[in-house]
Parts: sequence; C-alpha cells; structure tokens
Amino acid sequence: MTKLLQWLLGVSLLGAVWALVAFDLLELSLPRTYREVAWPIPLYLLVSFGCYSLATVGYRVATFNDCNEAASELHEQIKEAKEDLRKKGLKM
Amino acid sequence: MASRKSLQANRANGDKYSVLLPTYNERENLPLIVWLLVKYFGESGHDYEIIVIDDGSPDGTLEVAEQLQKIYGDDKMLLRPRAKKLGLGTAYIHGMKHATGNFIIIMDADLSHHPKFIPQFIKKQKEGDYDLVSGTRYQGSGGVYGWDLRRKLISRGANFLAQVLLRPGASDLTGSFRLYKKKVLESLVERCVSKGYVFQMEMIVRARQLNYTVGEVPISFVDRVYGESKLGGNEIVSYAKGLLTLFATT
Ligand SMILES: Nc1nc2c(ncn2[C@@H]2O[C@H](COP(=O)(O)OP(=O)(O)OP(=O)(O)O)[C@@H](O)[C@H]2O)c(=O)[nH]1
Ligand SMILES: [Mg+2]
Repeated sequence: MTKLLQWLLGVSLLGAVWALVAFDLLELSLPRTYREVAWPIPLYLLVSFGCYSLATVGYRVATFNDCNEAASELHEQIKEAKEDLRKKGLKM
Repeated sequence: MASRKSLQANRANGDKYSVLLPTYNERENLPLIVWLLVKYFGESGHDYEIIVIDDGSPDGTLEVAEQLQKIYGDDKMLLRPRAKKLGLGTAYIHGMKHATGNFIIIMDADLSHHPKFIPQFIKKQKEGDYDLVSGTRYQGSGGVYGWDLRRKLISRGANFLAQVLLRPGASDLTGSFRLYKKKVLESLVERCVSKGYVFQMEMIVRARQLNYTVGEVPISFVDRVYGESKLGGNEIVSYAKGLLTLFATT
C-alpha cells in the first residue's frame, strides 16, 4: 500500500468516526455535550499539528550544529594535502 | 590511532570498499579528496579502491585524475570516464559495474563529505550487519558549515515534510554520503527511477520498503570551497515534485 493510500485510509477512518459522533448519524441519541465537543475537534487537531510542526522545525533550525571545527580542520588538511601532492609531482 | 594489530585485522578480513566519486568540474577538489581517502584508508588498513566517474568535465578534471592515477597506482585509482554529462544517477550505475569491492561507498567529490567518517561508517556497518549506512546531518554531532538561516530553514522544513509524509526510518533523506553492501545497492538501483536530487531520497525509501536495515552516522557537511554551487528555486521545485511522486508511488 502506498503512503498516499495509507493517509487517505487513516483520514477517512477518523473522518467517519468524527461524523458519526458529531452528527449522530446512527441516531444513538448521544447526549448533546458529546456532539458539541466533537464538532470542532478536526480544527483543534489541525491547529495543534500546525503548532507542533512549527515548533519542531523551529527547534531543529535553532539547534542545527555549526561545524566550525570541521571546517577549520578541513582547511588545515587542504594545505597539507596541496604541499604533499606538489612533492609527489602533481601539477595543478 | 589504530594499533598495528587492528590494522592487520582490517586488511585480512576480506572486505573491500569501492569508493565511487562522480565528478563534474572538480579539478581543484579531486586531488584533495583522493589524498584524504588515501590517508584515512591507510590509517585504518581497510582494503579499498577509488573509482572516478568523470562526465567529460570541460575544466580538465580527467587530466588531473590521470596524474593522480600515476601517483597512487592503477589498483587504487580506477578511471571510468564518460564522454558527456549524463547525470549523477547513471554515474553511480556506471561506476558500480566496475567495482570489485563487496561494499560500495558513495560520496560527493566536492569535499563536503569528509573521508574521516568512513571508518565510522564501516564500524557502524559491522556493529549491526547493516545493509546500508547513511551519513546524517540532522542527528547527534552531525551538522553543517557555511549555511545561513534561510538555507537551514529550507533544509529542516523540507526534511520534516518528508519525514511526515514518507516515514522513511532514516533522518537524512537527501544526503548522499552512504555505504552499501554491493548486492543491496544493485537491487536498489534497479528499482529507482528518479533523477538527480530525488534519487538519494528514493534509494532510502525503497530500502525501507524492501526491509533492508539502515544504520546512521552523524556527519559534518562543509559546503564546497572550490567550484560552483547550484542551490536555487529550481531545486526546491524538483524536490517537491520528487517527494510527492514518492508519496504516491511507494
Ligand atoms: N559524473 C557526474 N558527476 C556529477 C554530475 N553532476 C554532479 N556531479 C558530481 O556529483 C557530486 C555532487 O554534485 P554537487 O554539484 O556538489 O551537488 P550538490 O552537493 O547538490 O550541490 P553544491 O555542492 O551546492 O553544488 C559532485 O562530486 C559533482 O562533481 C554529473 O552529471 N555527472
Ligand atoms: Mg556538493
């Protein structure tokens, strides 16, 4: 099953459950409060997922390592390599 | 520093690592990356070969490669050039055909991937007998050098999106510093259809699909010092397209 299908399946399952409760489709005569609570849940989910995404990406950008030592090590090694290669007879 | 004993053990265990270096206009970088490869493989004692796949670079990369072959010997340096620029994906396939090692290491020749990590890749691979070891900029001590905030944001955002949509089981999808068992790489390459950038992403997604095991090693990614960089709006569009294609087909 492709990832797209997995997503569609997941979303439609959740959607169906939500619709059952929010609109009382099976006429189970659920208490009113159930419906009132269920009704805005998709919006809550969407907003919290958005917040989670922003927070995660923001945190990861902020903690993205800057490898300064790696860069300076490389620059040292480049010098060393050029010297050595010249000795070995490489013409750049 | 490796002791003499482990040096000999590494040499005698029968494993051989073929490093594929695709090059296009890397005249200045190629000697340096080769020098570093020789240095680190010399220290660890693993058996290796370097395969340079040059796509008719107008800057004379091939001529430099020939000089290097004279210096380091044609058992260590193999040149498998092609007449014109045919792209990265096919360069790997072309190089792989000529590889004699049972492991293949893929890396960029522009010095953004440092050979010092290769011994760690090898160690990691042995630890879990992994089918594939992938370098990651996004975890542990991994990171980047020379990226501004905008580029970090794009990179992290793009990666987050891919993680959510594809759940690939690896943290760095577009990184191209990896070690593969040769058989695994062959079977993956057969199945991968994407070109360029997306190719790396497809490889790791298919690997998960085929239940191959993936190990990860944190790497530092230092932006190229010499030569042209080509990150633009174009690349973002092709990334998005590739991601959606994989989302719908894997
Ligand atoms: N043989 C071959 N090598 C290529 C081709 N395109 C790129 N390369 C090489 O593949 C490696 C990665 O390419 P880069 O140009 O560094 O791509 P990048 O890392 O996405 O982008 P920058 O480093 O920002 O330029 C380098 O070693 C290039 O020389 C190609 O068409 N054929
Ligand atoms: Mg590069």
